[in-house]
Amino acid sequence: MSHEVNGEEILRVQNLTVRLGHSEVLRELTFAVRRGSVLAILGPNGAGKTILLKSLIGAVPHTGTIQWANDARLGYVPQKLDIERDLPISGRDFLSAKASLVGVPKSAIPRALESVGLEQAQLATPIGHFSGGQFQRLLVAFALLGDPTVLLLDEPAAGIDEPGQARLEQVIRRLQSDQRLTVVLVSHELSVVYRDADQVLCLGRQHMYIGPPRTALTPETLQAIYGVPVSFHVHDSI
Amino acid sequence: MFTTASELANLALSTAIALAAGMIGCFAVMRRMALAADPMSHIALPGIGVALILGGSPLLGALIMLVAGAVLIWAVERRTRIATEAVIGVTFSVALAVGSMITSGEELIDALFGRAGALQPWEFILGLAGSIAVVVFTLRYRNALIVSLVSPELALTSKVQVARTDLYFLLAFALTIGLGLRYLGVLLMGALLIIPAVIARRFASSLNGMFSISVATAILSTVSGTGAAAVTGRQSGPFIVMISGGLFFLSLLWRRRT
Repeated sequence: MSHEVNGEEILRVQNLTVRLGHSEVLRELTFAVRRGSVLAILGPNGAGKTILLKSLIGAVPHTGTIQWANDARLGYVPQKLDIERDLPISGRDFLSAKASLVGVPKSAIPRALESVGLEQAQLATPIGHFSGGQFQRLLVAFALLGDPTVLLLDEPAAGIDEPGQARLEQVIRRLQSDQRLTVVLVSHELSVVYRDADQVLCLGRQHMYIGPPRTALTPETLQAIYGVPVSFHVHDSI
Repeated sequence: MFTTASELANLALSTAIALAAGMIGCFAVMRRMALAADPMSHIALPGIGVALILGGSPLLGALIMLVAGAVLIWAVERRTRIATEAVIGVTFSVALAVGSMITSGEELIDALFGRAGALQPWEFILGLAGSIAVVVFTLRYRNALIVSLVSPELALTSKVQVARTDLYFLLAFALTIGLGLRYLGVLLMGALLIIPAVIARRFASSLNGMFSISVATAILSTVSGTGAAAVTGRQSGPFIVMISGGLFFLSLLWRRRT
């Protein structure tokens, strides 16, 4: 039986299966995401977290159903991108392109930049010259253009130094609470997931669990997902 | 030099083609297709050969073959996920083999290195219209091309039809090659697409900067190469490529942006 997204839900996924070549990366995944909530996806490398996010934006062929609410507008922040340093695309070229493609005025760019703590003067810089942390914040600003209701983030802080990670996490938390965004976040940071997520989707190669952090992030679940005992410490604050 | 109507028409058309090549070449270089331009141009050979056998226009034969080649490359890449340059490599090898079998000696030399001579009015109109189409495409699709270049997934969430944009880009790329074959020939056309854009990439820090430098270099090389050809009575293609190559080596004397 098929279930439509109801008023409280912004996403409903049913029996999602993704095959890449001969291997089944995701199998019969079913879950729903409430509006304004944070769903964290975690699991070992190769469990299909990135593929799941790409399926949600329609970039990967799949079977099963992915239903977004009619008013869902998606902003996507990919895993660390390898941008050639000498690529002559400035930050302004990059953000202006998005603004133009989604039909928002260029005047929306300063607000998006302010949300992520970047200066307008930095837009003259080629994107290959941005530091890791700056570029990830630029990607969040890119995602914010078009007034999204959902942010999908694929390990946004991977490869960034500790202060940069903390700053980016702070930006995402503030955006989520200020703008009531729904956030779907892939992360390896168990302490961040425990603290920030409303729901956790634990993806293993054999098992899958979903639930609030307190019930999903148990030592037994984590061992079943990762195949080895996993412990983590919950930070009280950044 | 450049006094007769025919010479002026040649100059105007080659400048328009240089403008188109300078612009589309920027995206070709940024999409790491610098080495693909040369083999892609060889796909025109069977079209030229068939056109000559049938008594038709080599330019039309080349354009039809290039467009068909672009669609084939796009379809194979999309279906198999084999990299564009690999599919171009295979298609070009087959096209070269077929082309060399059905094209005779002198015609092959013309096809490979370009041919001087008076333009037919329809050739002028077709060349000009094609060049304008490539420039309009590049300007109109620049945003989609920028975002696709950074990440196809970002493009998807920015309302870009990625596969369609890729096809249009390949067609514009193939069309530009086809338009330049008359002046530069199969062997040299790739150079006009790539060398100006490579020079521009060294110095530009924004897309408009890259367009400006690339177009200026392509037009400078084409106009001066055509002039040198008129003075010496030789073909313009090798002059155009030697001048743009010389500009590239000259550009190495300046430190690139850091």
